[in-house]
Amino acid sequence: MFKSEQYTLNCNLAQMLKGGVIMDVTTPEQARIAEDAGACAVMALERIPADIRAAGGVSRMSDPAMIRGIQEAVSIPVMAKCRIGHIAEARILEAIEIDYIDESEVLSPADDIYHVDKRAFKVPFVCGARDLGEALRRISEGAAMIRTKGEPGTGDVVQAVRHMRKMNQEIRRIANMAEDELYEAAKTLQVPFDLLLYVHENGKLPVVNFAAGGVATPADAALMMLLGAEGVFVGSGIFKSGNPAQRAAAIVKAVTNYQDFAMLAELSCNLGEAMVGINPAEIKLIMEERGI
Amino acid sequence: MKIAVLALQGDFAEHETFFRRLNCQTVQLRQASDLQQEFDAVVLPGGESTVQGKLLRELAMLEPLKKLISNGLPVMATCAGTILLANQILDDDTLHLGLLKCSVRRNAYGRQISSFYTAGSFGGMNNVPMSFIRAPQIEFCAPEVEVLAEYQGRITAVRQKNILAMTFHPELSSDARIAEFFLKMISEAK
Repeated sequence: MFKSEQYTLNCNLAQMLKGGVIMDVTTPEQARIAEDAGACAVMALERIPADIRAAGGVSRMSDPAMIRGIQEAVSIPVMAKCRIGHIAEARILEAIEIDYIDESEVLSPADDIYHVDKRAFKVPFVCGARDLGEALRRISEGAAMIRTKGEPGTGDVVQAVRHMRKMNQEIRRIANMAEDELYEAAKTLQVPFDLLLYVHENGKLPVVNFAAGGVATPADAALMMLLGAEGVFVGSGIFKSGNPAQRAAAIVKAVTNYQDFAMLAELSCNLGEAMVGINPAEIKLIMEERGI
Repeated sequence: MKIAVLALQGDFAEHETFFRRLNCQTVQLRQASDLQQEFDAVVLPGGESTVQGKLLRELAMLEPLKKLISNGLPVMATCAGTILLANQILDDDTLHLGLLKCSVRRNAYGRQISSFYTAGSFGGMNNVPMSFIRAPQIEFCAPEVEVLAEYQGRITAVRQKNILAMTFHPELSSDARIAEFFLKMISEAK
């Protein structure tokens, strides 16, 4: 398995983010609100997924000046998105010393066949996955962290739940296989054998796995943790709601104490209006099908 | 031996594994009531100090934890944990536990692209693996604080009585010597 010293350090940063909430922000002010509310990292982007969905058209990497403004505003790690397969956008983000690149299906794919060869970079990448096959293919390309795809910008958690459930079901199935059955499983899943062997021996992915897509409430965040997520991305759910600072702080506490339901009840009180949300059955643009 | 690991955010699971390999029992501290049980030592893990400090405060854990450590409970801190313990944070107005007579600078080596791995000496032991992940730096420490490790002239590990604090992550390696060092500190405290 490919494992340079830099790659190990990059996987290590994801380990430090565990048990935390990574929030989408579009301005330095929002980044400060997120940091004050307890975000363990922020994702800098020009438009949150709900607005990308509403605007339509081609969605690209954010202006590096805007990302720099956010890097200067906060002391926590700053992530940013590049389009799937867009090597140049990824290199630009690396040049401004971004802490993590999200090669993301939320933006319009730049390449409909190939992903970025992430092993060639010094900075780490996180990628979305709907199942074990997608996750291990991204890891073999050099991703140091995985998140569920969910269906971004909908405020509907159903897809993230489906992806997390499916991933963990497949991991349990692989863990229970006889070792000589793994060759056939690697062929079916279209993944490298050594990564599958790791899953078989350890009963988990070789990198940290977060939940993302449609998380809008403290209860949604707790749900994803109960299903085995190691942390949570919240995109449109915070700054599309009535009281972002309060909601963000409540989601942070919900992730830490996801098994204390009395505390979750208190955290869920008087948060004001949640993001409106759209049902994925009502939308035309299905982002989760990008980059499989 | 029962080790309590602060489990608000960060790599607390790695610390549990680190000490379980040496046959220790571990418990997680996620809220104030968790501090009321019996344990022999506490670990402050890596992660984001801003998040951990805020949660310590808002979950009413900061004062009880501060009291336990002031009364001599052995504590091991890595990276963010060291920032929580420092009595001066050079680029941040918010102090947390403030019990370690050191001044620290957050993200002193730069962003993730400057994270690095090295092996160095630690309290007389050689070739100890050290991973620095967006690491802080200990810039000054009081005379009663013993320096255990340095990297290129920068202080990376210190001991002050019952407090062991590092800016790197021994829990990310399979080398158990720093865990053994801490277990010896716990035994001596008894």
